[in-house]
Amino acid sequence: MKRYNALAILREGLRLHRGWPRAWASPEPKSEYDVVIVGAGGHGLATAYYLGRNHGITNVAVLEKGWLGGGNTGRNTTIIRSNYLQDPSAAIYEKARALYETMSRDLNLNVMFSPRGVMMLAQTEHEKRGYLRTAEANALQGVETEFISPARVKELVPMINIEGPRYPVLGALWQARGGTARHDAVAWGYARACSDMGMHIIQQCEVIGIEHRGGRVSAVNTTRGRIGCGKLALIVAGHSGRLAEMAGFRLPIESVALQAMVSEPIKPMLDVVVMANTVHGYISQSDKGELVIGGGADGYNNYTQRGSFHHIEETVRALCETFPAIGRLRMMRQWGGIVDMTGDRSPILSKTPLPGCYVNCGWGTGGFKAIPGSGWAMAELVANDAPGPLAAPFSLSRFREGRFIDESVAAGVAH
Amino acid sequence: MLILTCPYCGIQADETELAPGGEAHLKRAGPDASDAEFEAYMFERRNPYGVHFERWRHAAGCGKWFIAARATDTLEVFATYKAQCTAPPADVIRAIRARRPDWEGWK
Repeated sequence: MKRYNALAILREGLRLHRGWPRAWASPEPKSEYDVVIVGAGGHGLATAYYLGRNHGITNVAVLEKGWLGGGNTGRNTTIIRSNYLQDPSAAIYEKARALYETMSRDLNLNVMFSPRGVMMLAQTEHEKRGYLRTAEANALQGVETEFISPARVKELVPMINIEGPRYPVLGALWQARGGTARHDAVAWGYARACSDMGMHIIQQCEVIGIEHRGGRVSAVNTTRGRIGCGKLALIVAGHSGRLAEMAGFRLPIESVALQAMVSEPIKPMLDVVVMANTVHGYISQSDKGELVIGGGADGYNNYTQRGSFHHIEETVRALCETFPAIGRLRMMRQWGGIVDMTGDRSPILSKTPLPGCYVNCGWGTGGFKAIPGSGWAMAELVANDAPGPLAAPFSLSRFREGRFIDESVAAGVAH
Repeated sequence: MLILTCPYCGIQADETELAPGGEAHLKRAGPDASDAEFEAYMFERRNPYGVHFERWRHAAGCGKWFIAARATDTLEVFATYKAQCTAPPADVIRAIRARRPDWEGWK
């Protein structure tokens, strides 16, 4: 792998950038691998990376039906935070956030991690009490957050209207080391590092069937032929249900559309991430100057990557109320991703009824921020055929046993 | 915008006046059910890429629950029908077959 650094950029600049090799290889699939991962999004690629780096397993293929990072990895609002109420969530999201801090160095690719601070506004008394509780829980979990006053909110975000009229700002849960990162770069960085370890990333390769022999997974049938596998990890977000059906089991997951949009670019006005969960809207400003805006998910099953128009209106209306100055901005692009929602709004990292087959899904509306932690925990699960401490609480059996990790209560709506 | 016809009051309702209610025709596990059966009833959901039966409530209208037969891959609506039934009626099945000849059928 040719390393990226200032000297290399200077050298390549002098010879018109003709010396850069491809960042990752596009090999023909082999007939068999030790581990096959379905889904080359952030979570799949991170799992492959940590399988190699932490567990020395490099005979790995990552299969992708579309293009690398083209699913929800490329369709989110890039927010990174770990201020969750429940201990298992805080543990895995904080692991992820900590790994984001060093990711650019680890992967030798600038993922533009920007720990600009994430602010979750409390706009009702209930929400305020909830966040006060979360701040205490985070202190016990070792996650650095604090509850800040309306005056401090105004100081950090001068553009904000803290006086209502419908929902005055009563304070906010503030995580100073939360922020954003360049979503594509995260996928590219992992892909490049995986390819460098000799792993195969195979795009345009859709899985159409899963074979088992002697009660154990043995191969996947794909649009590019049959590929044998010792172990199989399904990491495909919204399409998890379809692959589980091929493997012969069901998941407690429903796929719905979640939308986001960006405005036309404007001068710098907002240097933190603001989330307003009571009114369903969150906002940050990208380095290009666009306001990146997200809202609530739809309530019905949908695979079309198109969402409901009225959710866009609700989101924009909420943000215009909170930031009156943006009222005349035009929206440039809008997109939808298919998110995989579980009953308790927490993910599933688990063994499955089919031995040798593992699932990592159910991240719902909160997947991007979890990518490195999810990959770390999933690699541990796949390598050892047993979950480590990060993944253990997120097993499939929690639904039968009533051990929910109830983040639908903890976080309200937006993740 | 999803538009469904309420089978009770006959109004073509935008989704803004409707409330989605999840998978239709779930059968509650009985008192003798095993843990696995009850888990399936409580949590496991059909999440098909294609034909789906789904409960809706005409929340800002007549208030009645009804069922919609829809496609999750195209957002096409095949039919809506009253909720007082345990399986899709024959005319709904026919309406789906007319549009999706290769549909594998109800359950």
